[in-house]
Amino acid sequence: MMPTENRTVQFKIYRYDPDRDAKPYMQDISVELDVTDRKLLDAMVRLKVKDDSLSFRRSCREGVCGSDAMNINGKNGLACLTDMSTFPVGKPIVLRPLPGLPVIRDLVVDMTQFFKQYHSIKPYLVNNDPLPEKERLQSPEDREELNGLYECILCACCTTACPSFWWNPDKFVGPAGLLAAYRFIADTRDQATTERLDNLEDPYRLFRCHSIMNCVDVCPKNLNPTKAIGKIKEMMLQRAI
Amino acid sequence: MNYSVRKFDAVIVGAGGAGLRAAIQLSEAGMKTAVLTKVFPTRSHTVAAQGGVAASLGNSEEDHWHWHMYDTVKGSDWLGDQDAIEFMVRNANECVIELEHYGMPFDRLDNGRIYQRPFGGHMSNFGEKPVRRSCAAADRTGHAMLHAMYQRNVKVNTQFFVEWQALDLVRDEAGEVLGVTAMDMETGEIVVFHAKATIFATGGAGRIYYSSTNAFINTGDGVGMAARAGIPLEDMEFWQFHPTGVAGAGVLITEGVRGEGGILRNAQGERFMERYAPNAKDLASRDVVSRAMVTEINEGRGCGPNKDFVLLDVTHLAPETILKRLPGIHEIAIQFAGVDCLKEPIPVVPTCHYQMGGIPTNYLGQVVVPQGDQKSVPVPGFYAAGECACASVHGANRLGTNSLLDLLVFGKSAGETAVKELKTGGRSHKPLPAAAIDKTLARVDRLNNQKDGADVHETRLAMQRTMQKHAGVFRFKDMLAEGVEKILAIDAQVAQTQIKDKSKVFNTARIEALELDNLIEVAKATIVSANARTESRGAHVRDDALDVPETPNGRDDKNWLKHSLWYREGNRLDYKSVQLKPMTVDTIELKKRAY
Repeated sequence: MMPTENRTVQFKIYRYDPDRDAKPYMQDISVELDVTDRKLLDAMVRLKVKDDSLSFRRSCREGVCGSDAMNINGKNGLACLTDMSTFPVGKPIVLRPLPGLPVIRDLVVDMTQFFKQYHSIKPYLVNNDPLPEKERLQSPEDREELNGLYECILCACCTTACPSFWWNPDKFVGPAGLLAAYRFIADTRDQATTERLDNLEDPYRLFRCHSIMNCVDVCPKNLNPTKAIGKIKEMMLQRAI
Repeated sequence: MNYSVRKFDAVIVGAGGAGLRAAIQLSEAGMKTAVLTKVFPTRSHTVAAQGGVAASLGNSEEDHWHWHMYDTVKGSDWLGDQDAIEFMVRNANECVIELEHYGMPFDRLDNGRIYQRPFGGHMSNFGEKPVRRSCAAADRTGHAMLHAMYQRNVKVNTQFFVEWQALDLVRDEAGEVLGVTAMDMETGEIVVFHAKATIFATGGAGRIYYSSTNAFINTGDGVGMAARAGIPLEDMEFWQFHPTGVAGAGVLITEGVRGEGGILRNAQGERFMERYAPNAKDLASRDVVSRAMVTEINEGRGCGPNKDFVLLDVTHLAPETILKRLPGIHEIAIQFAGVDCLKEPIPVVPTCHYQMGGIPTNYLGQVVVPQGDQKSVPVPGFYAAGECACASVHGANRLGTNSLLDLLVFGKSAGETAVKELKTGGRSHKPLPAAAIDKTLARVDRLNNQKDGADVHETRLAMQRTMQKHAGVFRFKDMLAEGVEKILAIDAQVAQTQIKDKSKVFNTARIEALELDNLIEVAKATIVSANARTESRGAHVRDDALDVPETPNGRDDKNWLKHSLWYREGNRLDYKSVQLKPMTVDTIELKKRAY
């Protein structure tokens, strides 16, 4: 239910500005919300009016651009899709940057490693046939194989919730990258399945996934990277025998 | 303050659909290209487009580019340039097929071809009945498209500068464009990107309004930079209010909902569009539907306790259709309207959505300005495409799905023209003028040192509220004149904004202040152009322009069949004629617009 009157909400927010702070600290700050402030991002925009030095990324405010991923009361999520009504009353809301990536400032993390892993799986369609004059044909059933894969918004909630990525961010592709890998493997128009599997044939890149399923738990788009990873593992197994 | 200079063949500002499409052309041609973007490319606002991209593929029923052209000219209320419109619709099929070849996951028909759905204002046989022309990937077409184009750029090794805020256009004494200045958001470092070709693909400025479907980042950066550099802005009075923003939240609900059979209803449950557009009904053009909705609300037939919204009803559709074709809308309705649209209608209101005007260009993507007695002379080295540009294909009102088409066709065209001029036009790195960076440094210094200044948030809010009240769906003579005064007063505040945060590292307070410099140029251009245009046309409808035989729907072709050009310097207006002659076919003759 939407609250019917303005209320004050307490926050504890991870703050660090390398230009100013010797080390990170947790800031206690409260803000009065309007009845129309439905989402955590609405509250954060108000916080920024109060303290303009609070830094975070945001853009579409509707869960499709993937900018405002952060760690909210210990769990990764998007601020724009997190309803204020889901927070327990009377307890401060704790906001931290996504875990496992270097912090640039406050809630802004350096996503270089995340995108490096995404790029490493060659995230583009490979098809060496001569280009047809019209579209390549694909049956609705074959197209449906891409559902649950192509919708990824690269927010990094999943990958930065994964202990295997925390330990080996340089070697383990991570759930987002592997979901993207399977998105192309599953595409009937793509011809690089063998190369894609070769690219993941290594003790770390794929096989560091131990099906902990944190990725599934946090995905704001309700995608299932573990399932996609399972399918890649299955294909690896099948070609080994 | 220190700065450095980096040289490229081409610099593209913006990595949404238009920027990424232009980048593909340049990278494939082997040009040394820098793409500057203030957000990671897949976070650009193209990602939020839902319903589809128009192309007369004819996969489900007969279609023809000439019909698409007719619909676009009519949709524009004859303000669109017919040469650019013919160019766009004739290149549509090729551009959509290219996307499919890049790997875009379009929905499919049983025969394996790209799925197409009906959309507002798109008709067969020169306005007869709705046609399936919108090529769609569920209701996530923009997302699927943007990711496919980013992926293509990864393949062709495009060099991105991610989280760089472009600040000012660099021009020399002769007016030639030599690149841009930009700030690395992570470090605060300022760099001059010295280029032989500069392409703006910076998107729209929907955030000049209080209630907008647009992302926070849609602050008209390229439009503001162009205006500050002396480039006039074209047709800025024309803003599209999308009929179906979620009431209160402003989040977009695609017209594809009505394309799939959704119906708008008032408080009495009446399908009111039948009265306003007997032929096209809920699939009339967006300006027509938005005005109908506001009229219903103004006449007391709105819904809810305050009677301030209408309902978008899909409860009569098969749940499978909704979950298959409109899964994102099902999620958005739950998240932002608190309703399950399988069971309940969605509360919606017209919401600011798209900037029809922008930086004047021709269909080759070249920026064109008046010079001497000629009205459209290319500015050497400067190109623009997508929402920031005005080609002009949308004229006074854009049809749904023509925006994604615009950014594909003109992104590609601008890229191609730049490649051609780089290869054969003998373009070189002209020496940077000594003052190349002064304007930028002065802006940044002013902001760092401002005392007793205006609060950025409060000033922006005042601008947004003023625009919402004085230049909305319906416009009023007195309100427009008053709006001009108010916006000019706010402009003076913008010149004195102050931030508390002075950090060099990822200082988003600074970025928001710099963005406001761009927003206010767009707001000024909009309200001044709107106040001057004393007719009703497309999305610009005012109370003192009457629907009489000499001026059908209030449209005054005798005096106003012309493009506005607003100049920042002197806050003055100029005009140029509409190109009524297409490239190959006959002119689509003026007539009263009805759906």
